[in-house]
Amino acid sequence: MATTSLERPLAARPSTWFVWAGMTAFGVFLLGILVAVVVDSFGRQWFDTWLPDGLTTERYAEAWDRFALGEVIGVTVGVAVLVVVISVLVGVPAAYVLARRDFPGKRAVMLLFLLPVLMPPITYGIPLATVMYSFGLGRTLTAVVLVNLVPSVPFVILTMTPFIEQINPAIESAARMCGARTWQVFTRVLAPLLVPGILAAAILVLVRTVGLFELTFLVSGPGSDTLVVAIYRGMTAAGGGEARQLISALSVIYTATMLVMLVVALRFVNPTQLVAQVKETRDD
Amino acid sequence: MSAVGQRPGRATASLRHRLAERGVDPVLLLLLPGLVVAVALFVYPFSYGIGLTVQPTAAMQEQWGGGIFANYVAFFRDPFVFDSVWLTMRLALPAALFNVLASVPVAMVLRHRFRGKRLLTSLLVLPITLGTVLTAQGLLIFAGRQGWINRVLLEFGLIDEPLKLVNNYLGVMFSLVITGFPFAFLLISSYLSGIDPSLEQAAKTLGAGWWQRFRRIVLPLLAPGLATTFVLTFVLAFSVFPSARLVGDAMGETRVMSLMAFRAFGEQNDYAMASTIALMMGAVELLVVVAVLGLRSLLYRGTTGGKG
Repeated sequence: MATTSLERPLAARPSTWFVWAGMTAFGVFLLGILVAVVVDSFGRQWFDTWLPDGLTTERYAEAWDRFALGEVIGVTVGVAVLVVVISVLVGVPAAYVLARRDFPGKRAVMLLFLLPVLMPPITYGIPLATVMYSFGLGRTLTAVVLVNLVPSVPFVILTMTPFIEQINPAIESAARMCGARTWQVFTRVLAPLLVPGILAAAILVLVRTVGLFELTFLVSGPGSDTLVVAIYRGMTAAGGGEARQLISALSVIYTATMLVMLVVALRFVNPTQLVAQVKETRDD
Repeated sequence: MSAVGQRPGRATASLRHRLAERGVDPVLLLLLPGLVVAVALFVYPFSYGIGLTVQPTAAMQEQWGGGIFANYVAFFRDPFVFDSVWLTMRLALPAALFNVLASVPVAMVLRHRFRGKRLLTSLLVLPITLGTVLTAQGLLIFAGRQGWINRVLLEFGLIDEPLKLVNNYLGVMFSLVITGFPFAFLLISSYLSGIDPSLEQAAKTLGAGWWQRFRRIVLPLLAPGLATTFVLTFVLAFSVFPSARLVGDAMGETRVMSLMAFRAFGEQNDYAMASTIALMMGAVELLVVVAVLGLRSLLYRGTTGGKG
């Protein structure tokens, strides 16, 4: 399987075998986890046999009703889209300033944007949730969107800064020479050039927001739970939680939602741009 | 600070000019929305949380004494709470270390061109989309008592009793590796790709073996990237929460700090104590981060980042 490049000897070194063995183990675990959940979600009863007793799709209908999934998915998608839009609108201009300007206090501003990324979400999440509850925002959609902005805005800034640095400032200067104002420079010159970067950042924020558990969990409640939180609540509900198959069905729906979002998003973005640095050196 | 230059009534041309020379001009206003979000949603709640920690509930004060510092006294004196620091470390440090160390050889192998590389890379990155809750559910089924792993091992007669792989320390560790490894791998790969391959080729021409090339060239250039990756993976592993509850042993071996913080917040409604634990969690984590970054600058001084 490992057809290596010409410069390498034909016989693989033991270290290479070691790596392949490790990766195989990782792959087996990964596939096992995925397949087990999918099989379980279609299973009627599954106790001590290789496969479940019989197959059924009832679990999905049951899970859909029990967890009001239509609403939960609506909330998940709505929150994710709002967070993406707001954090791009707020983050891109800030990234522009940080990439292009040098001003007093720049390091402090950078640190301010870096801190939420370097800290465990719970550390700022608990004080933030306390503030939300004291403002009467607890368990509302507003609170869910607001808490998700805390890691997302710095994330957009960090992702966008290198993209902006790549654009030659001479282009902007030329636009300004021709009389363009800052707003025009932004909409006519920078935005079109930045589209790949913005989409990349947006996708990453989207995936993170849909998958982010801790912060959403702290402030959400019935009616504002996202899918991950709904699954967690199902697994930990009092009295041993819901039936395992129901949770599996939910998990499959979660992964499917995530995949659909990714596929839709990837239609607009070349995936190699996300890992551009990794790819280029090897293909030249 | 940027507002100074804006006030139309007072700004003279020369003041505006002098400020612009130092980099303060209307463009800085673009930073404003970002700053508002950061201050309103991060700085303010954080300071509020710090304030809360010195307003312990009456019950806390009565039980632990220490006046306004009762929460801190409780944190350090109550073994049920304080042991969680150790329990968290015992999970997060090995997990982060493993993820970083394992992704170096994998990233090295995947640097070369071969068939199926793209597929392999996507497979390694896939778990990023899974999320901890699904991973937990999958682990419970796959690695549980009746799961396929135990079934295969029993079938081949390798074990007599099903292994206990979940609902304990090991389960959480699996979950941390599955979610953390792809992340570490992506980062390490991009750092590795920044190292100019001609450096290694030069060393090869001079007769250096693969170990010498790795130790003398790749490793020093990779050191800053390793430190950064370790820090970010550690942050991920340190804040482990859902998996500690779901595939762990929530009141035993995997009673991590975030679980304790959440218990105080959601179950006991003691916001002051919850904030105290949360802040202590941040403090402990920052200690490790500072130690790692400090160690890095001790080990290697030179151009930071192998880029270019």
